[in-house]
Order: sequence, then structure tokens, then C-alpha cells
Amino acid sequence: MKNNWLIKGARVLDPANNFDAVRDLFIKSGTIADIGEEFSHDNVPVIDAHGLVLAPGFVDLHCHLREPGFEYKETIATGTRAAVRGGFTTVCSMANTDPVVDTPATVEFILEQARAAAAARVYPLAAVTQGFGGTQLVEMAMLAEAGAVAFSDDGMPVADARIMRHALEYSLLVDKPIVNHCEDPALAQGGVMNEGLTSLRLGLRGMPAEAEETMVARDALLARRTGAHIHIAHVSTQGGVEIIRGAKQAGIRITAEVTPHHLTLSDALVAGRRQAGAGSSLAYDTHAKVKPPLRTQADIDALIEGLNDGTLDAIATDHAPHSTTDKLCEYSEAESGISCLETAFSQVHQLVQDGRVPLQTLVSKLTTEPARVFGLPRGTLAVGAAADITLLDLEAAWDVDPEKFASKGKNTPIAGWTLPGRVAMTFVDGKLVHTADGYEQRGAQ
Amino acid sequence: MPLDRKDLLDLDDFSSDEIMLLLETTSAMAEILSRPIRRVPTLRGKTIVNMFYEASTRTRSSFELAAKNLSADLVNVSASQSSVDKGESLIDTMRTLQALGADMIVMRHWEAGAPYLAASWLDAAIINAGDGWHAHPSQALLDLFTVQERIGTIAGLKIVIAGDILHSRVARSNLWGFGKLGAQVVLCGPPTLLPRGLAEIAETESRITISYDLDEAIVDADVVMMLRLQRERMASGLLPSTREYCARFGLSRERMRRARPHALIMHPGPMNQGVEITPELAYSEQAVIEEQVTNGVAVRMAIFYLLASTPERLA
Repeated sequence: MKNNWLIKGARVLDPANNFDAVRDLFIKSGTIADIGEEFSHDNVPVIDAHGLVLAPGFVDLHCHLREPGFEYKETIATGTRAAVRGGFTTVCSMANTDPVVDTPATVEFILEQARAAAAARVYPLAAVTQGFGGTQLVEMAMLAEAGAVAFSDDGMPVADARIMRHALEYSLLVDKPIVNHCEDPALAQGGVMNEGLTSLRLGLRGMPAEAEETMVARDALLARRTGAHIHIAHVSTQGGVEIIRGAKQAGIRITAEVTPHHLTLSDALVAGRRQAGAGSSLAYDTHAKVKPPLRTQADIDALIEGLNDGTLDAIATDHAPHSTTDKLCEYSEAESGISCLETAFSQVHQLVQDGRVPLQTLVSKLTTEPARVFGLPRGTLAVGAAADITLLDLEAAWDVDPEKFASKGKNTPIAGWTLPGRVAMTFVDGKLVHTADGYEQRGAQ
Repeated sequence: MPLDRKDLLDLDDFSSDEIMLLLETTSAMAEILSRPIRRVPTLRGKTIVNMFYEASTRTRSSFELAAKNLSADLVNVSASQSSVDKGESLIDTMRTLQALGADMIVMRHWEAGAPYLAASWLDAAIINAGDGWHAHPSQALLDLFTVQERIGTIAGLKIVIAGDILHSRVARSNLWGFGKLGAQVVLCGPPTLLPRGLAEIAETESRITISYDLDEAIVDADVVMMLRLQRERMASGLLPSTREYCARFGLSRERMRRARPHALIMHPGPMNQGVEITPELAYSEQAVIEEQVTNGVAVRMAIFYLLASTPERLA
């Protein structure tokens, strides 16, 4: 029988069903058939998962697979391979491809490529406005029918408040979220990093926190007005967290995500500060250039608080692979973004190790919570659900070596860092799609 | 004592001892400049390239004369003649200059951090001759030297740097330079031209203060350094008019009377006479603006000399 497995002795952690205990899990024909104690089934391959955590496969609301148009940076095949190496079984692909995803044909193309080559499930986002032009709405109904799960103009935020209002109103037709990268273009103009002490020292043009905060506030008010669902992409500021918290208390349909890098890295990294023991590098590391920019420790603290109290719904990677030449240049000229799928879990697991986020919270923010935000039938270990599963070794530590990434994007500011917690194995639809080095002997006994 | 550094990128990570070494070496170079024949053979056979991605008259000429006084071979390259226009990358251009035989490359670039990128990819010494808003270490060193020569010390002096701090690499490098040698530095300008983050520095560093009021800041100052105001600051919404700027931040005789009697007036040039400084003050006895230019040659000779004689390069 295909895609049958018996995973024995794992700590089964399923936030969707509030379950956390050591159990065996039986996968039959690619679905979760049973969870219980001391199972034995004849002729079913066994995986020894003692000492490992078994979680639902992670769900990423925000990643850049770059196909079509930027296949030199990433493809659906390489990006989803990176995803499963990072424990993600579902990824939502951003619409800033070339062409941008603003026609049903492009959605269908992505889904077709995914069927042919993807290691993980792919759910495409479509644009909000045609060609990211910021003026004319896309055909939301037809795009939703084709398979778009949400709408976003990504790094070209909808700057015109009237258009945003209409986009939110119109989205009620399909009841899918509008996702906004909140960055007021006038306030952020020319900025290449967070505005503050480090930008002053480095003489780089800063992007103030208010560029994000004012647009989060605007979008929250427009969502209140329209009753539509606004999802704030990669919140990076303390003020952003506070506005979202207040909006949620006021009953506004607002959800939000935060990235592993904004939760763990500050703008000091741009000045060349490194993890102890990993050596130091010169300032102006273009690998630390990302939008929104890395902020301050106060922002990090506020983001962690927002994650714990439910203000921030999901951890999303904003995986943004770039080629070497995109980054090997002057800081201001370099592309923004971090290749993140393969380090994401371990980066945020550091927060568990430091006692700042409970493990259950962390796993829910990677599984059931993001699935809820976009209305995806994923992120659960319910009996009968597809067997999308991640096995985690929380005791293992590993060194980040971008050359070993499956992603074409080797652009990470944490190369050489030692991270805690490893993705040991990943299953999609009951198919074993990833086994980390050193875990082979646990399988197929 | 040698200077154990491959490059000169900024003064922010220099120790006060290293800065003093540069100033002492500058004195020796100034002595050479006072001779009837100002050329010494120290760097004969060495090749220095002036790689300027941004227009410059005084800084480029100053580095050029410094190199020639030390008998080095000097090549001037400016961005308009280089392969930049053909789309060659910065690293590629710089490595080509190194392959052509450059021992040291003096680099000016409009982007902050560009010399750092070059430094990490080249064995040749990189000398930052100004990068964006970030740093201009040779200017800061010549300012330090000029003050030291005139007043005899830097520790304990009150230095006022006034004007467009936000866009000034000179202000940033001088902030570290004067601060490390024990001066009190007051950064004075309109709130729109004082970068965010300065308040944080002022909170933790007792030697640095911020002021919006030049009349108050200038009281008992030993040195008043005026910065150039670019006209485009009005168009970009940072300032209402030059008229109001002059009224609040222009250096006039009346304002200068509030400083110490023999306080020095400095300006990194080029000046906007009638905007940040009146012509009568620019050419007054208190002004050391031309001395700054003269000292610039000696400072750059010292930089070349010390970087050419690091332990690594002598080995």
C-alpha cells in the first residue's frame, strides 16, 4: 500500500485539537487514520520518532516562489523543496511574478507547475490591482474561482486610500482577505533600512516606523468601514502591533503575520553585528536588507508580545530568494529580501529556548492559525485529514550553510549561525518528502 | 608605532591612540611641506588610484598632491570615464584597478558603505574619500589637526557643528573624531536636519548635545564649524526658505561674538557665502578655512604613509 506509515513514540502536538501527548500515529493511504498508543500494523513501514515532536505540516502565508518570470531566483520546484526542508507542507505564493498574477491564466499556470513539480502544496495569491498599477481592480471573482486564496499587491502597497476602500468592499464578493504590505511610499521614500540610531551611524537613508504604522491604521479603519477582511503582511513595528491589537478589540476583521527575522533580528545587523562565535563582518551587509526593514529591540519585544497575546495570528516567512548578483553590490542598490524557508522554524524556536514563547503557541502560529487566516483546510492532525506532517528534533542544533539550501536563494544574513531545533522529516499527503541528514535510520524499519 | 589597519574607512572604530598617531604623522608631513622642495621619495614605485564616483575638486586634488609629494604614481579615474556606464559592478571595477597594480585606492562614492564593499573584496588599501552621508575620515582628521595646531589641544574644547547634520558625512566623522579626543560636541540645526537617532546618542554620550538654537549653542564655543546648505533642501520640504535658515542658523558677526574671543571658524567647503556664513566672517582672522585646505594635503600624506607601512605591507 502506498503512503502508509506508522510513526511511533512521537510527542504529538496538534494545537488545532488542543492535543499534546506521546502517541503513535497511523497514516493510511495518505490520510491520518488513527492516533493512539502502542499500535502495531503488519506490513506498514515504521518510523521511530521517540524524542521527536510530531506537528502538523507548517503553513506559510507569504513566500516568493518567483515563477513565472524570475526563475533564476527560484522556481516552484526549488522553492517548495526548500519549504519541505523547513517543515512547510503548504505555501502561499506571492503575486509579484512576471507577469504579476492578475489573470486566471496565471493562477492556473502556477497550479499546473505545482502539480507537475512541487514538493509542497501551493496556494497562489493574486494581485489587488491589475499589473500592480494601483488603479484598476483585478477580476477577483474569476481569480478566486481559478484558485487564488487572497489578494495582494505585495511590495507595491495600495497607496490610494480610495482604491483600497473599493478593493476591500469588492472582496466581500468572494470573501477572501486583502493582504497589504503596509509602507506609505511618501514616508518611506528612498529608505533602505530602519530609520534610527543605526541608519544615523551608517549614513543610510532610513525608513521610519510611521511608514508602516500610518498605513496599518488606515487599512484598519477601511476594514471597519467595509466589514471586509484585511490581513497585514509582515508587521515589523511596535506601533503596528498596538494598532492591530486595538483594531481587534474593536471587532475589526483584521489579521496579521510576522516573519522569523523581524522576531529575532534587529537593525544592528546591518552594521555588521553578528552572533557570538560566528565571527564579525564589515558593515553594510546587503543580506540584512529586507522590506520592511529589520527594526529595533523594542520592536522585537512588542512583536513577541503580540505573538503571545494573539494580536499577531501567524508566523509567515516572506521567503524572498535572490541571486548572488542581486545582493553583491552597493547596499542601496541591492535587492531586498531574505531566503528564509529553511531557517524559519529554528530561528523562531530560539524564542522557545529563551523562554519567550511557549512551544504550543509557536506551533499554532505555524499551523492552525495561518490556515484559519486564509481559510485553508490545513494545519491539523485531525483523523481523516491529509497526512501533512512535520517531525521536529528540538534537541538538535545545526549550522546554517546557505550552500546546502535547496532554495536557489542563498541570501541569508545568518550564514554560519548555530540554530536550535531541526526539521527531521516532512510528509505531504502521507508521502515522505524530506529526511534531514542523520535521520535516515529512523525510517522504513 | 605602526598603524595596524588595511584600510581607512571611518574614524568610528579608531582608538584615540590611533587618531593621535595620524595627527603626529601629519605634523611630520607638514614639516616636509614647509621645505623649499616638497617632494620625498617615500612611496616611490607605489601606485595610487583616485577613483571618484562623485565630482570633487578639493578632495581629489588634495589626495593627488599628497601622493605626488610622496613620489607615488597616481592615476585619476572618474566615474564618467570608467566602465560604470557600461554596467560593470563596483567590485569588478575595483578589482580591475587592483589588477592594474594599484596599491591603494582613494574612493569617493555617492552611496554610504560602498568603500566597505570594496575593502572586503580587495587586498589593496581602500581610503574612504567620502561615501554618501556616511563618512569623510580624512576631512575629520584635517579638522582635528587644524584645531590641534591652532589651540594646542582638543580635550575639553567646545565644538559647535551647525547646519545640515542629516546629510553631512563631515559632521558624522567629526562627531567620532572630536568625541574620541575628549571634546564636547554640540550639533546644532533645524529639527528637520537633525537625524533621528541623534537624541539616543546624546542620551548615552555625555560629550554630545543637540540644539535647535545657534545663539545658545555658540556661547563659549572654541570652534564653530559651519556646514554647507544645499538648495535642494527647500524643494524637498525640509526647510521653508533660505531667508529663515539664515536668520536662525547663519553665522554672523553678532552671533560669533557669543563664542570665545579667539574661537575658530571652520567650514569643510564649498561655502555658500551669504547663506550659512557671511563673507566677512569667512575671510576674517578667526576663519581657518584655507588652513584646513592646506592641512588636508599633510593629513593625506600621513594616511598614505601609515597605510603603506602597516606591519602586513612591510612584511
